[in-house]
Amino acid sequence: MMRKQLTLLLVLPALLLGGCEIGTKVTEQQGPNGAAISSVKHKAGMPVVAPVPEPPYPLDAAMLEGARAKEVYQNVQVLGDISADEFNYTMAALTNWVAPADGTVENGGCNYCHNPANMASDELYTKVVARKMLQMTRNINANWTPHFNNNYGQGNENAGVTCWTCHRGKPVPANNWSAALPDPGNIKGNKLGQNTPLKATAYASLPYDSFSSYLAGSENIRVGAKSAYPTDHAASIVNTEKTYGLMMHMSQGLGVNCTFCHNSNNFAKWSDSRTQRVNAWYGIRMVRDINNNYITALGDVWPANRRGPAGDPLKVNCATCHNGINRPMGGAKMLKDYPSLKGAPAATLVAAPAAAAPDTAVPEAAPASPPVAAAEDATKPAA
Amino acid sequence: MALLSFERKYRVRGGTLIGGDLFDFWIGPFYVGFFGVTTIFFAALGTALILYGAAIGPTWNPWLINIAPPDIKYGLSLAPLREGGLWQIVTICAVGAFCSWALREVEICRKLGMGYHVPVAFGFAIFAYVSLVIIRPVLMGAWGWGFPYGIFPHLDWVSNTGYQYLHFHYNPAHMIAVSFFFTNALALGLHGSLVLSAVNPAKGEDVKSPEYEDTFFRDLVGYSVGTLGIHRVGLLLAVNAAFWSAICIILSGPFWSRGWPEWWTWWLNLPIWN
Repeated sequence: MMRKQLTLLLVLPALLLGGCEIGTKVTEQQGPNGAAISSVKHKAGMPVVAPVPEPPYPLDAAMLEGARAKEVYQNVQVLGDISADEFNYTMAALTNWVAPADGTVENGGCNYCHNPANMASDELYTKVVARKMLQMTRNINANWTPHFNNNYGQGNENAGVTCWTCHRGKPVPANNWSAALPDPGNIKGNKLGQNTPLKATAYASLPYDSFSSYLAGSENIRVGAKSAYPTDHAASIVNTEKTYGLMMHMSQGLGVNCTFCHNSNNFAKWSDSRTQRVNAWYGIRMVRDINNNYITALGDVWPANRRGPAGDPLKVNCATCHNGINRPMGGAKMLKDYPSLKGAPAATLVAAPAAAAPDTAVPEAAPASPPVAAAEDATKPAA
Repeated sequence: MALLSFERKYRVRGGTLIGGDLFDFWIGPFYVGFFGVTTIFFAALGTALILYGAAIGPTWNPWLINIAPPDIKYGLSLAPLREGGLWQIVTICAVGAFCSWALREVEICRKLGMGYHVPVAFGFAIFAYVSLVIIRPVLMGAWGWGFPYGIFPHLDWVSNTGYQYLHFHYNPAHMIAVSFFFTNALALGLHGSLVLSAVNPAKGEDVKSPEYEDTFFRDLVGYSVGTLGIHRVGLLLAVNAAFWSAICIILSGPFWSRGWPEWWTWWLNLPIWN
């Protein structure tokens, strides 16, 4: 009897520790002392920053001269104004990023998008998508720069995205989402859109289809009470938890915790939040722009194998670019080698963030100014 | 102050752990003892230092006074007084005062020939506190992981520390601790209401004996643990609540860095169905 108890006494704590992470932790204080605004990471489990591919060949100044791409090739709708040499250079890089011809993708290489007999033809859907994605990339780099404002004391030049940021050598980025199937109308198998341990909610029982509302639609996260006793408060528990589900994804997708942006004393209060929250605010709206105006806008172009169970195309969330790291690719500025991926800030495209201006009317001490001003103010917590 | 019936027995000389009969006397009804003196010393010094910290701080608002631990960059070394050093000395005072009080309880147990149940139970509360400000900070490698001394500041610390693990309710030890706390509160509520009912009978009736108390709960829930037993149950619940609270925070950081919901993926990944 005594021996049994002793064995139990030894085995039970060992079992408990079996679920633990034993080993060095990497910590960082991110707020004032004593506020518990800090990060803890298990060194052995930290995501590896993927290597950034080298340019296919050097792009020298002479290559920027010469005939324009639209003069040399037919049906060049987006990159027509760059030189044919730079155009070929960009195509070579793009192929390497999205559909490399090394056997990882069936029919990879140029033929993934092009008909080799007629390179100008749009008969392959992948070429139509690629064109839209180029427009998207150029829009992101030209108009969503507030999302790339970094708070690490480094310059902002050439911060932005390339195809590689998401694709990493695969035609479909590893992290994507599509709408969940609606709940069955009866009681059998009806989980009410929650209680399912998925990566999208960092394995919590929270509602798992927050993306449809916040990363594709135009809903705002306005669930925080404005007073201590919120008698006139309209947000339901379900809606509140839906925003929690989204935040779980943002944390998981960036490899951070809630205090990376927020002081949980008051989640909505900008003056107590870290400047990273301003980046995140733009990030949510940037992802919406991507999903609504580029991916979903392609409509019937998407074949069945690029759609989710509910029939909508596979879309982008925070993890698509970030891959579990708060600065994708460790902050490497790939864009410097690919000037053609930065479009001109076009008036029509600027309209998207500008239209988001009224959204800044966040409860509590919100930046009353438009979001652009808030981003410029990012060196200190938004006023 | 009137002497109670057991006061004479309470005042038993000897049984001290340290100091012989140096402080082995009473002031009024209060036993002094060596550890009573050290308790007073640490408690008074710690309180004075908190007041000093408030004086050099930005506010006298009692809700907002904040004696914060040092920045994490100071690691396990001493920090300048105004940058967390004060917190370090206050922590030493607090641990000194709590442990002195527990040892004073031990001396009283020895004088009365009792078991050490009371100091052992109090020891669990001390363990919970020490876990927060010494064990976990040492495991994490910096005093900055301790909680700040202040009413609102320590609540903010608790909240932010919870959100560092995305959803703290999924911490298994936190689940156990919360269950014990709630059960403890329920048991205390049931016990207190029962005693008050028994000793406050209707006008003209006698105080009710434990037989009545037992009968009430046998009627209500089919079982009565009894007058002595309820105190053992209370001890078990309270001690476990404190113990698992300590475990849940020691695990968070030193032994787990991700969101607590993710910890449960061991269940999803069991080879039986995965």
